[in-house]
Amino acid sequence: MTVVWIISATLLLAAAALTAYRTLRGPTTVDRLVGVDALVAIAICGLSVWVAYTADTTVVPGIVALSLVGFIGSVSVARFRVRDNQL
Amino acid sequence: MIVDIIAAVLILTGSLLAFTAAIGIVRFPDTLSRMHAATKPQTFGMILVLIGAFIKLEGHPDGGMLVLTGLFTLITAPVVAQRVGRLVYREQALGEKVVDEDDLAARNC
Repeated sequence: MTVVWIISATLLLAAAALTAYRTLRGPTTVDRLVGVDALVAIAICGLSVWVAYTADTTVVPGIVALSLVGFIGSVSVARFRVRDNQL
Repeated sequence: MIVDIIAAVLILTGSLLAFTAAIGIVRFPDTLSRMHAATKPQTFGMILVLIGAFIKLEGHPDGGMLVLTGLFTLITAPVVAQRVGRLVYREQALGEKVVDEDDLAARNC
């Protein structure tokens, strides 16, 4: 059973690393916004895997908060951002 | 035991989906394609992992908060996708070859 957790943690870590590469590299701000959005989703997945692995529900309120804060952050950036060529 | 196996399969599928989406985010050429890849772990993969964790908690009261997280995600993901897609369209960051028929051009937005 431990193998399952190791595999899924490795997959999620690799996914987070690739998404972070796109977030750092991305040519425009919108690319970075998409990257950060996916990164938040992957973080929620990772915390859920942690909850399933330890059966310890300490971080569950954090998961709910993360989903809402990620939404507010993305919408705020999409609303108030400055165009790249005007920076 | 069977419950454990079901939860493990769900969590593995969700993690695999997140990984393939990350590959798509890195390799796709423009922003709209990357959005298309990025919305998969945001809804489907995350909900698979959440269901797996919910099964693994075996009726613990905090399982309800995982259901709540899935609900929030289902409600908020389309809003973010709409905002970001409209932003990409408005700034003409998408290439000419991406859109076959430009339905938004007539509406002047």
